[in-house]
Amino acid sequence: MTSSYLEANARERIAQMLDAGSFEEFLPPSKRIVSPHLGQLDAPVSFDDGVVVGRGALNGAKVFAAAQEGGFMGGAVGEVHGAKLVGLLKRAVQEQAEGVILLLETGGVRLHEANAGLIAVSEVMRAVLDTRAAGIPVIVLVGGSNGCFGGMGIVARCANAIIMSEEGRLAMSGPEVIETANGVEEFDSRDRALVWRTTGGKHRYLLGDCHGIVADDTAAFREAVTQTLQGFKNNPTALSLQALEAEQAMLEQRIARFGDVADPLEIWQRLGIDKPQDIAMLEAAAFMSLAEPHRVKGQA
Amino acid sequence: METLNYRFENGTRKLSAKAELVGVVSSGNLEVLIESADLQGACSIEIKTAARGFGAIWEAVIGDFNKRWQLADTRISINDMGATPAVVSLRLDQAVESVVEEK
Repeated sequence: MTSSYLEANARERIAQMLDAGSFEEFLPPSKRIVSPHLGQLDAPVSFDDGVVVGRGALNGAKVFAAAQEGGFMGGAVGEVHGAKLVGLLKRAVQEQAEGVILLLETGGVRLHEANAGLIAVSEVMRAVLDTRAAGIPVIVLVGGSNGCFGGMGIVARCANAIIMSEEGRLAMSGPEVIETANGVEEFDSRDRALVWRTTGGKHRYLLGDCHGIVADDTAAFREAVTQTLQGFKNNPTALSLQALEAEQAMLEQRIARFGDVADPLEIWQRLGIDKPQDIAMLEAAAFMSLAEPHRVKGQA
Repeated sequence: METLNYRFENGTRKLSAKAELVGVVSSGNLEVLIESADLQGACSIEIKTAARGFGAIWEAVIGDFNKRWQLADTRISINDMGATPAVVSLRLDQAVESVVEEK
């Protein structure tokens, strides 16, 4: 197996994230709980509907984990896929897990499944907040090649913490969606450097949207999750009105400071980074220490 | 979609009890679910493929696979999204290697 998080598939990621041999899958492929919609459209199904969910251990701690398979329909959330995520979160509350880890790689809702998919995503959001309210931290990892977009981008921001690699991307509308809706002058989805500057992990960290940047390595992600979970021990995990208002204030300041800017490079400059053009080439640790004094500090 | 079924009798090699899934249903790829099942010594293979009209090629690839492994009491289920014969053979071998008991 590879140590690259980006190159691993969902099953490899979850196996490498948890203690060896500890993962116990709920609704495994042999149960054949497949999408009821795709067959009607004469489209291929997957035996796990593109998401692996279950229970395991992280350094001995009882955690619940899910990994979306970006290769199957871009990791998009259908009715079954979403129900598996919701069921996992509910069971984590029932069994008083020490944490929930969501390895997200997704374009958002699976449009083939229309309203069923949209409802599924909203149910996942509610379940994430319910899990937090029960005192269980929810940690999201984003490091797959499809990034984390659409409704699942919102789910990610409902979690207690997000850990990304610089290859990971996080946003609401994806690059092609923005280009289609607003024109290539607004956003050129084929400009890969622009796409990563705008949605990639480093920009998200600088803007206060994620907690940490790690190298594209499953062991680095595992280490970061362990530390993050440790940080929530005996600390509140529930979303409070106070935190929500602080987040709103942070977003208002952000739009006031950077609303007129066309390129993230200019934002990084305004944040006080001397050579913003060098950011792209920095390794994760060097980037974090350079960014820390300048970054926007939100909930993240 | 097209569904293809194959069954080979009198296999010699048994699997461990666990089920394994390898591969991903993505373009040019496939997932292979392999399980032990009481099939009177046979190996059954069900393929659901997005690419219609390749039955003859599947038959050749699956026939070669059976010659290589001679599996007994094994159920293999495949969801395919247009994988090439070489990829199918590799995935099938990967699936067997994840569950086969050493002789």
